[in-house]
Amino acid sequence: MSTFGLWHYWVVIVLMMIGLYTVIARDNLVKKVMGLNLFQVSVIMFYVSMGKVEGGTAPIIPEQASGPVVYSNPLPHVLMLTAIVVGIATTAMALSLVVRIRETYGTTEEDEIRKLDRAEHE
Amino acid sequence: MTLHLPAIAILLPLLSAPICVAVRHALVTRLLTVAVGWGSLAVSGELLRQALSGAPIHYELGGFAPPLGIEYVIDTTTGYVLVIVSTIAAVVFSFGATTRGAALPAGREHLYYGAMLLCLAGLLGMTITGDAFNVFVFLEISSLSSYALIGLGQDRRAPVAAFSYLIMGTIGGTFFLLGIGFLYQATGTLNMADMAERLASLHRSRTVHVAFGFLTVGLSLKLAVFPLHQWLPNAYARAPAVISAFLSATATKVMYYVLVRMIFTIFGATFVFGKMGMDMALVPLSLGAMFVGSLAAIFQTDLKRLLAYSSVAQIGYMTLGLSFNSVNGLTGGLAHLFNHALMKGGLFLAVACLVYRVGSSRLDDLAGLGKCMPITSAAFVTGGLALIGVPATVGFISKWYLVLAALETGQYLFAGLILLSSLLAVAYVLRVVEVLYFKAPKSPDVREAPVSLLLPTWILIGATVVFGLRTELTAGLARSAAMQLLGAGS
Repeated sequence: MSTFGLWHYWVVIVLMMIGLYTVIARDNLVKKVMGLNLFQVSVIMFYVSMGKVEGGTAPIIPEQASGPVVYSNPLPHVLMLTAIVVGIATTAMALSLVVRIRETYGTTEEDEIRKLDRAEHE
Repeated sequence: MTLHLPAIAILLPLLSAPICVAVRHALVTRLLTVAVGWGSLAVSGELLRQALSGAPIHYELGGFAPPLGIEYVIDTTTGYVLVIVSTIAAVVFSFGATTRGAALPAGREHLYYGAMLLCLAGLLGMTITGDAFNVFVFLEISSLSSYALIGLGQDRRAPVAAFSYLIMGTIGGTFFLLGIGFLYQATGTLNMADMAERLASLHRSRTVHVAFGFLTVGLSLKLAVFPLHQWLPNAYARAPAVISAFLSATATKVMYYVLVRMIFTIFGATFVFGKMGMDMALVPLSLGAMFVGSLAAIFQTDLKRLLAYSSVAQIGYMTLGLSFNSVNGLTGGLAHLFNHALMKGGLFLAVACLVYRVGSSRLDDLAGLGKCMPITSAAFVTGGLALIGVPATVGFISKWYLVLAALETGQYLFAGLILLSSLLAVAYVLRVVEVLYFKAPKSPDVREAPVSLLLPTWILIGATVVFGLRTELTAGLARSAAMQLLGAGS
């Protein structure tokens, strides 16, 4: 198998690292949430690409089946429906926390929040 | 009815949560929460009894046979953890001032109770399920509701703490998901028993190694194993006091259980310790947790933060027990799971009593409360003694097994280090005792906390003494659970 035969793995890895880097490196909380989203999406793509069978069709039994039918594995796709819901819930939760942080601190920058906290405790 | 008990154990809290949201009445939902807590305890107790009396219970959810359908499996270990989680839930939910310390607008209490029930449902679900992907789903249910509950703390830094917990928790959860993906790719199944069977011949597969890496790191993040513990002190220190008690006594415990399941049931001890050398990583990290956590606890100025750092250290004891890979070690780890749940639950409830009267958990504000609130302070001291591991408390039992496990493999150094780190616990407990008893009270007219708060606190604290004297129940159960796990894994 050539390097490019596994290109979907590269897509997953690159997306994942972009997401993880954004979470670590950005100070803005909203950007952190976006990075987290990207990170989760990369795993979703990993699962979806995993279920693909070469030359396979949708996993529906055709009306007139002649011989065995090759179909993609539907299970990983179904699992990802749940993972997508989890991702949405996480994002909603995170954004609502950001709203509350902004209400009390007046900013969504992590370094400024830290500065404000330090100022209060001195 | 008894046939469907495993499903009822999950459905009870899971379905009560939306009922709470629909009813929108503070008192009714409050009573419902308490009832569900005790109901879960009854169901879990019955499940444990059944699991002990015969073979493990296998329940096919919705009547679909595994491996295609989702299966709930209850063996001794599962039943043991179920009982721990639901005991803590029942007692903590019954605590008098549940919403105290939460920034809740009037008329929104029902949502708070709903989130607590969802959290319980997630924790029980993670324990009971025999399906790897199902673990992830329940993990996220409990995590999401705990982010919401922590974010409700009155401290203005609470949402920030909840946010960083959310980031860390989600990364951990996603790593876990990725690990399951690799395992599915290698084995073609999501059922844990099936996986274990097929993994036996795949010990050399790179995919399995990568899966193991992602699963371990993901779980360690949620378990707050030493270098990955950064989210824990802030989250527990800024959450409403009752939520700290509930989460510190259950959430990390269930993650420990999932880690144990993964190591001994899915991968098998020979692969994890023999081939991957998990103990080489886990032993230094556990020792690091024991010392860094205890040392950090000594220097805290806030009582809740102090207890949270002590939790980091106590998690170190549990993972150390795991890494010995012996019956005594695992017994120690599992017994400590139960014992630490009792102690930390009780201690955090005692703090909740103090906060109820004083309105702050800063050590400076708690000066001299030993005279004004003698019953609460006595509870704290008893819990603190258990934390140190004084004989006749539960802490002694688990440390005994850990030292025994270290000695039987000739690792005298570890035995010494376990004892040494207990001395650090003496230091931070004594610090609190000094503040409570030997400092001049700030405001001498503080009254003792009401009975509805003291009773749940003393149930947990009393249990630490009762089970410290009657060891056959906890240590015996932990031992048979450990033997079952090691028997199945090798």
